[in-house]
Amino acid sequence: MLSSAFPRLISRAGARVQPFSKARFTSSSQSTTSTPGFFGSKTAIASSTLLATGSLVWYNHLYGINLLPEASANSAGENGMHPTRQPFEHYGPFETFNHASIRRGYQVYREVCSACHSLDRIAWRNLVGVSHTVDEAKAMAEEVEYTDGPNDEGEMFQRPGKLADYMPAPYPNEEAARAGNGGGLPPDLSLIVKARHGAADYIYSLLTGYCDPPAGVKLAEGMNYNPYFPGGGIAMARVLFDGLVEYDDGTPATTSQMAKDVTVFLNWAAEPEHDQRKKMGLQALIILSTLTAISLYVKRFKWSYLKTRKIVYDPPKPARHGPL
Amino acid sequence: MAGVHDLIYRTFFKRNSAFVATCFAGAFAFQITFDLGTSAWWDYHNRGKQWKDLRAKYIQAGDSDEE
Repeated sequence: MLSSAFPRLISRAGARVQPFSKARFTSSSQSTTSTPGFFGSKTAIASSTLLATGSLVWYNHLYGINLLPEASANSAGENGMHPTRQPFEHYGPFETFNHASIRRGYQVYREVCSACHSLDRIAWRNLVGVSHTVDEAKAMAEEVEYTDGPNDEGEMFQRPGKLADYMPAPYPNEEAARAGNGGGLPPDLSLIVKARHGAADYIYSLLTGYCDPPAGVKLAEGMNYNPYFPGGGIAMARVLFDGLVEYDDGTPATTSQMAKDVTVFLNWAAEPEHDQRKKMGLQALIILSTLTAISLYVKRFKWSYLKTRKIVYDPPKPARHGPL
Repeated sequence: MAGVHDLIYRTFFKRNSAFVATCFAGAFAFQITFDLGTSAWWDYHNRGKQWKDLRAKYIQAGDSDEE
């Protein structure tokens, strides 16, 4: 079977490579050496050298010399420290989120983060089948009052939340949010994991990375020091302390545990399609690589007789007495 | 051997209607088995992490009809 599909490989195994001989090309190379033409002239060589050198100089003038290390006025502190890569359970091509962690992370968001940060692209219904049952999600939604209307009299009215409602925002508008936080705007957290370099690692490092400013660092009024935040001064203070929340599954609520859980929750909020995407990726990889292998095999199978045939020219024998 | 080949040829390939039906049924069966197989491996690989593994802990009696 294999030998019929790949006959050239087998016939080649014993063959020896012929040394490259110049004699084969004597008839064709003769004509080029005798007439050099424009492309062999000194003018062409000089102008192409000039063009190459000139474009290199121009490029380096515009963008700097790439081969040399670049000097930058920014220190590592001004760019923010690079976050450490954490062993999150969903890192890897075939790993889903840890949904118990999403559930705990939602609790941390609800009890801690949501005091200042909105999450306006996530609705209550999105939690159903991810971290909560439908009854739990309904009960949580009903605890929040939403403005709806207008009713028959043209007036707006208050009603308890439904599954289709989005997460309530802590402030009615940006100005109120800034006024409540000393001028700093707490960003919406729906897509924050996608919106920051380092993604989940950055969020985790930021939440656990608060420390005293090193000697010589002056912070502005009301700022806190965090080496992972670009510039070092961040308006948000450290919020996660051991035992701040009480998990209903009995997990000890340490600072790092809460930071991990809320990071996984925010990663899910930014990528709710994550689990399905990875599973479909696995299936697509299997199908497409199989089809590629089959098509390569069929091509070689179909071409094998064309590639191995020999065409023999059998010239007509000259007549005994020459042409008539 | 030739008898088996002949039987397969007559059953699935000779009539166009049978051939088309074989293609459709084969695609349908492959889709289901492939999906079941990859899902089984996926759930085994991610056991304990997905919502379906946790759901039983939080479900209350009487609302098992929905997720």
